[in-house]
Amino acid sequence: MTKPLSAGTTPHSETGSRVVADPDDISRALRRLAHQVVENVKDVSNVVMMGIPTRGVPLAARLAKNISEIEGVSIPVGSLDVTLFRDDLRMRPSKALEHTHIPPVGINGKIVILVDDVLFSGRTIRAALDALNEYGRPAVVQLAVLVDRGHRELPIRADYVGKNLPTSLSEKVLVQISEIDSVDQVVILSGEDST
Amino acid sequence: MKHLISVQDLRRVDTFHILDTALELDRVTNGGNKLLPTLRGRTVVNLFYEDSTRTRISFERAAKRLSADVIHFSAKGSSVSKGESLKDTALTLNAMGADMIVVRHSSPGAAHRLAHAGWLDASVLNAGDGRHEHPTQALGDAFTIRAHLRPGAMDFDGLTIGIVGDVLHSRVARSNIFLLASLGARVVVIGPPTLLPVGMAGWPCEVGYSLDARLPELDAIMMLRVQQERMNGTFFPSELEYSRSFGLNRARAQVLPEHAIVMHPGPMNRGIEITAEVADGPRSVITEQVANGLKVRMACMYLLIGGEASAA
Repeated sequence: MTKPLSAGTTPHSETGSRVVADPDDISRALRRLAHQVVENVKDVSNVVMMGIPTRGVPLAARLAKNISEIEGVSIPVGSLDVTLFRDDLRMRPSKALEHTHIPPVGINGKIVILVDDVLFSGRTIRAALDALNEYGRPAVVQLAVLVDRGHRELPIRADYVGKNLPTSLSEKVLVQISEIDSVDQVVILSGEDST
Repeated sequence: MKHLISVQDLRRVDTFHILDTALELDRVTNGGNKLLPTLRGRTVVNLFYEDSTRTRISFERAAKRLSADVIHFSAKGSSVSKGESLKDTALTLNAMGADMIVVRHSSPGAAHRLAHAGWLDASVLNAGDGRHEHPTQALGDAFTIRAHLRPGAMDFDGLTIGIVGDVLHSRVARSNIFLLASLGARVVVIGPPTLLPVGMAGWPCEVGYSLDARLPELDAIMMLRVQQERMNGTFFPSELEYSRSFGLNRARAQVLPEHAIVMHPGPMNRGIEITAEVADGPRSVITEQVANGLKVRMACMYLLIGGEASAA
């Protein structure tokens, strides 16, 4: 990103970006998602959070922490790089691999909750399901995302959605997480901004 | 990066990118026991003009771990024995739709020619060209050194690595010297003058003629094979004498620093350049080198042909 982001929520403008979620919005959304998980999943002690790099990983850790605070059990957190399982590998230059970490408890028989920042085409999640297959057989796999921006190309949906964000295909959704980007926010970049 | 011909084409950052990718691939495949779908539908041709069982099966296994189709094309018993030229073989393989050619040839420069003559759309991976280079062996060795002496590091600054023996005939030595030096290591080449190439002055290494004098400073020692099949000149008086001066035995291994590792690219001549006791001893990382060679070959394949179709 070359252009500075406008601070606070601003109306959609031709000139670039608008912030659609600030740190408070994100933290509220993650608290709500934690409550939804607790309500929905019978046995929270059986849950394993798997973040999809890059930004799904800190989100998974935060969600796990929120659930721990509600239920008083610690939730194992891992990371799952899906690069090697993507169906669109050949459409771009080969990408550096991110770290995959399966928690020591494993995923067999567990309730695995995949966590990603943005749900878009659904192809990342399809690849993640293949990748999970390599590590075991979870009892249940669910999906939590901070932002669902629509435009699915596969029959995939999220179980827990922080924010539904209707977008046009020419826009880009940028999720920034303080562990990585030193700020928590969700930004929509208008078409002209993207390269 | 489309081809991998020489370690001299790799910047330090490229090398560590390959090593990190190898590390992650190893983790994901649980030590190579799992199959990844990454290269499904891609074809890797092993084009071997020289016999090499271990290198060939390592490449074959690497390609298969990534779900590529593997075709083995050996010079013996093929059109090559009927006199087909490298060019015509390349054109044939291209017409068949190969995505990668892994080539082993007795002539230095064969891999480069194959990559840059315009005969092929495929990526070319040099699996050893004459006395020139064997880049994936050196990358595997760098992986091994890093794992033991510099886990996670992005440089080899301060490490001293000895390469001992027949450097003259060894492409493994050549690739290792240039690669390890590019990562910041100090490389000391040790051997009888008859087995060191002329014109090493321009190489990024020091030269020593006495193994015993250098042992205490080595963090890793790489013993080279006495290549009996290439010994058609008189390079040293006898194997026994070679072994006495340049062989690694227990007494010499004890002079190495406590943390030092013992390496050998294989296949070994036990009793000549290394004694069985040292080769099987606790400092030996020789079998790990084989496993790590597989990892870096998977990484190179993923990085060269895993992404955007390289063919026009």
